[in-house]
Amino acid sequence: MAEKEVKLMKGNEVIAHAAIRYGCDGYFGYPITPQSEVMETLMELKPWETTGMVVLQAESEVSSINMVYGGAATGKRVMTSSSSPGVSLMSEGLSYLAGAELPCLVVNCQRGGPGLGTIQPSQGDYFQACKGGAHGDFHLIVLAPNSVQEMHDFVADGFDLAFKYRNPAMILADGAIGQMMEKVTLAPQRPRKTDAEIEAECHSWAAYGKPADRERNVVTSLELRPEAMEKINQRLQAKYKAMEENEVRYEAIECDDADYVIVAFGSSARICSATIEIARAEGLKVGLLRPITLYPFPKKVLAELAERGVKGFLSAELNAGQMVEDVRLAVNGKAPVEHYGRQGGSLFTPDEVFKALKDKIINK
Amino acid sequence: MTEVELKQENIVYAKSKLMLDNVMHYCPGCSHGTVHKLIAEVIEEMGLEHKTMGVSPVGCAVFAYNYIDIDWAEAAHGRACAVATAMKRLHPDRMVFTYQGDGDLSAIGTCETIHAAARGENIVAVYINNAIYGMTGGQMAPTTLLGMKTATTPYGRDPRLNGYPYKISDMLAHLDGVCYLTRQSVHTPANVRKCKKALRKAFENAMAGKGFSMVEVVSTCNSGWKLSPVKANEWLEENMLPFYPLGDVKDI
Repeated sequence: MAEKEVKLMKGNEVIAHAAIRYGCDGYFGYPITPQSEVMETLMELKPWETTGMVVLQAESEVSSINMVYGGAATGKRVMTSSSSPGVSLMSEGLSYLAGAELPCLVVNCQRGGPGLGTIQPSQGDYFQACKGGAHGDFHLIVLAPNSVQEMHDFVADGFDLAFKYRNPAMILADGAIGQMMEKVTLAPQRPRKTDAEIEAECHSWAAYGKPADRERNVVTSLELRPEAMEKINQRLQAKYKAMEENEVRYEAIECDDADYVIVAFGSSARICSATIEIARAEGLKVGLLRPITLYPFPKKVLAELAERGVKGFLSAELNAGQMVEDVRLAVNGKAPVEHYGRQGGSLFTPDEVFKALKDKIINK
Repeated sequence: MTEVELKQENIVYAKSKLMLDNVMHYCPGCSHGTVHKLIAEVIEEMGLEHKTMGVSPVGCAVFAYNYIDIDWAEAAHGRACAVATAMKRLHPDRMVFTYQGDGDLSAIGTCETIHAAARGENIVAVYINNAIYGMTGGQMAPTTLLGMKTATTPYGRDPRLNGYPYKISDMLAHLDGVCYLTRQSVHTPANVRKCKKALRKAFENAMAGKGFSMVEVVSTCNSGWKLSPVKANEWLEENMLPFYPLGDVKDI
């Protein structure tokens, strides 16, 4: 387990392996399709016997996110995973985590909604993940993997970003990425942080038992004085601004000479990478811009592409049109921006996206 | 006035050094202050001041962290037992307790309470039962007695309209994960002393890994009850204690 290993694995299984290998301290979850393999794999691997990682099945997603709150409050690296309806139940907890500035990792393996919906893949939770999704002004750091390898890599990246900004991070995957099997290179095992290391790192804020050499730490999101609460909000906003300046990630495929750009994330982006090949074979210069961080959103590169003269953008999403709003804001009227999507657990094919590009943008 | 020098052996009482000097926001006559003091004393006497994490609730006691000099995490309404579960699982050598009111622990947080108890988490829940929502202005709680007037039962609690009060300590008693359930009060000096013993026992259980303990404190909310502190103590004895009888519910 100490070395890098190449394996064939499901996206959900790899979350469990990556968490252990990263040195995660605790996982708290509740079963829900299509992500149940995360906790099943952890229970099978029994990391409490090797790294000392705690794994606990909670009585609900409400409890699992509040267990994450409790673990994060002590400075430990803790996480949960769920799928859309379960993440809705976690909304309250996510707002409290953001308000108390606690780092943690949440994986949403999205399924189609609204309500109980379907267990098939969807990207219908983009708004929920990127626009706060609960009360108050806050943001999650949102990473969108398009492969099993990225499911693995974003566990470490998510934790690192969460601790860098003391803010919850989310891996926004979907049922397709969670259920598909692919080759993945697993990172070498890292030791969990010792209590002494955590106490040194989180001395100023975490509640792990007040040592004699500091004042008591209180983890809370409560402040009744409006002038003080406004200052806290301003500090949070400054943090989000720093994320927007420093943490934007995207992949631009054949965008340099593109007349038209498809914008797609996660499993949609995989499908659309075939669309641009079809388009190029027909002599059309089409590129693909894949946001990797959905928050912070790669608005600058989209604005630059519009400025350079891209004639139109198609936001291809497995929803009724959510990310398209952010693409429109970034493009800011310089070129047409349209949406194409499927819903309810249905996927689109590369040809369908190409047809939509022609119908909605190129031949319009 | 001449100064009198107290000899160490003559000191029978001193304020716990874990009680901070912040002026309490609790109403005069409220039980919270007394229970806070007892918890501070127990933590200090057990030498756990550097090993204890408290979880404060939503309600009047949300500010418990302003009064006891230990590390705290403030939980969302009702979620304290879930928060405490993870803190204790990740720090098995520490003392973790929740401090919750009746609305927090036995209405909105019933699920979290029952499952932490059923799992046998090695934590202590301190449960303040004053039969009313204090902080939001005196609305009906799950523990509000039949006939009792509150802001949301202005004509008295009527079971046909508002359902019946319930005793969560009795409900938890049959769970295998629970080692100690007791119902105490702090309305007389004798009861204060008994309550402190119960808290000490619960804290010792948690540190010994015996499972879930809960100390219910039948308490006064004289503002919510619209009574003077003295009258509130009398009302507690006459009305609360017949329905919420004091004593151990479970002790194994």
